Amino acid sequence: MAESPLLSVRHLSVDFLMQDGQKGHALEDVSFDILQGHTLGLVGESGCGKTTTLMAIMRLLPASARITTGQVNYNGQDLLSLSERQMRDFRWKEMSIVFQGAMNALNPVMRIDEQIREPILLHHLMTSSQAAGRVGELMELVGIPKERASQYPHEYSGGMRQRAMIALALACSPSLLFADEPTTALDVMIQAQVLELLKGIQEKLGLAIVLVTHDLGVVAEVCDSVAVMYGGKVAESGSIDSIYNTPQHPYTERLLQSFPDLNRPAGDLASIPGTPPRVTDLPPGCRFEPRCYKRIEICATTAPPMLETSPGHRAACHLCRGPVSSY
Amino acid sequence: MLTPESVPVLEVSHLVKSFAVRQSILAALQRKPTTEIRAVDDVSFKLERGEVLALVGESGCGKTTIAKTLIGLEEPTSGEIRFSGEIVSASARRTRAGLLVLDSGRVGTREHMTLPHMSLKRLRQHAQMIFQDPYESLNPRSTVFDIVAEPLEVHGLARKREERLDRVRSALDDAGLRPAESFFERFPHELSGGQRQRVVIAGAMVLKPELLLADEPVSMLDVSIRAEILNLLSDLRRERGVSILFITHDLGTVAHFADRIAVMYLGRLVEFGPTREVLQQPQHPYTKALLSVVPVPNPRLRRERVILQGETPNAANIPPGCRFHPRCPVVMGRCEDEDPPYTLVGERHEAACWLLEQSGSERAAAAA
Repeated sequence: MAESPLLSVRHLSVDFLMQDGQKGHALEDVSFDILQGHTLGLVGESGCGKTTTLMAIMRLLPASARITTGQVNYNGQDLLSLSERQMRDFRWKEMSIVFQGAMNALNPVMRIDEQIREPILLHHLMTSSQAAGRVGELMELVGIPKERASQYPHEYSGGMRQRAMIALALACSPSLLFADEPTTALDVMIQAQVLELLKGIQEKLGLAIVLVTHDLGVVAEVCDSVAVMYGGKVAESGSIDSIYNTPQHPYTERLLQSFPDLNRPAGDLASIPGTPPRVTDLPPGCRFEPRCYKRIEICATTAPPMLETSPGHRAACHLCRGPVSSY
Repeated sequence: MLTPESVPVLEVSHLVKSFAVRQSILAALQRKPTTEIRAVDDVSFKLERGEVLALVGESGCGKTTIAKTLIGLEEPTSGEIRFSGEIVSASARRTRAGLLVLDSGRVGTREHMTLPHMSLKRLRQHAQMIFQDPYESLNPRSTVFDIVAEPLEVHGLARKREERLDRVRSALDDAGLRPAESFFERFPHELSGGQRQRVVIAGAMVLKPELLLADEPVSMLDVSIRAEILNLLSDLRRERGVSILFITHDLGTVAHFADRIAVMYLGRLVEFGPTREVLQQPQHPYTKALLSVVPVPNPRLRRERVILQGETPNAANIPPGCRFHPRCPVVMGRCEDEDPPYTLVGERHEAACWLLEQSGSERAAAAA
């Protein structure tokens, strides 16, 4: 490989212990790479494990969850083998996260500039007067006017709060930014503004971004590559062009067809009947089998292996052809 | 209610809804003028029988206020709403004593006076609302059966047990929850987001309404579920002949089933016309910008996007002239002083922009 990835996730599995004592397999065998300065879209329906993947990488899973197998390699270092203390040094300085729901993720009783200054001081990066300058820089970067920096979150609109969340995530100059549904609750125009902002920041700072979303349209606008998740597994991954133009997995295919397209405004949308499986009650074979319109006999009993259908394009489906993926 | 086919289900003319901003005691004592938020400012439209009209605009443009006013959750400040030809609201003003005075000079209680021709209750039997968030609009302690049967009870319909069972069963069935019986005893927390929204739709359809007001019914749902709900609404229109006012901020979701689109900005309609025309030949700069930012699921079609800066201004502070001019990418001198009138740009397709007026008069001059 020409360039070694900034982050590579291999065979990551996470189990949850449910309240009733059952075990839920939230993630199974999740693998992907992110290159420096690139954007990866992590796509799937609610409950497919997108957020769990981020939390596992950041080691922020709740106490009821356990990482059972896998490696998370960041710049040559295995994050899963670090102690909690060492991990704390990684968070925010190397990788940080823009949490879902900007409405609730900010502290309502703290001024925005104070909230952004907090992690800078906590990580002992600068003195308090230097930090004030840094906050000013960040505000400018995300387009929050100076005079509004010392306001409280409730004085901000949804779009402004999302900008503040992004400034907060960038406070300690990370190289990798996770953005968990950053535009989901926003209007299309504000969504476009926030995506434009993320792209601009990426160009300026050379960040790698993992964009978690259920919206394939958003992914098409800003990402370089995509991993489509279903039922805690990666169903398909590859470059944006190959996924959108030659989808291999029936789930990806259907997801793309269920998207309203302004250029063909007639007829019914394709939909995917049924609901995603529960983590405590996963189908024995392919996770998508009960909802798949192309299913064959083997799908019900055997989980399909991950195949490399073309260089860099991987799909886990019995109908696909290609060598078994190296990961 | 027997209605001739030609009478529109809904006719809104010059609807205005303004809210008074609460003052501090000090400001009130100093007799400072109260500020007013004009959420809806002179909006007129018709909705024909079996038609789907999409009302599109950003947060704060007044689209939800319109829906609430239509269903009687808010009183209109002025203007007229006709439902199947009957007036459901007349302009009323409040006296100092808190009584309402109608144009006719009669004084009475709120409900009585604002709805002189059709009671709220009767209106709501024929017009039902579908709210945005199915996680919050269902009573968590009621079963699906009770939720769907409640409107029947409220309106005193289907009093016999058998009859009620039938109505609920067929409403659930229509909403795609099959077999209906298996959902009767379930609670909302046992259902997925898509199923919950179907229960909401069943609760609305159980009254066999003529009009559905759907306020962002899919924006909280995953994309794959969105398609199912949109298809369901489309089926209900086709099979039950129900008219739908579909409120959304996303032009992408309406392309597939709206007959007409009305684009709203800061309390006013800026463009309306048949779906295909508005999408393929948008005339107002705001519509063009909104269309350009709809994400398209094809990386090869990444287009030039017109991203408007800032956000919709506060309705307490509507800019003079064309209200869109501070954010308009093609603003001219005239826009700052004068509000543009509606210009007819195609069959039943109108937009309010000075640029259209200009090209219209040029066309006229050329023809002369």
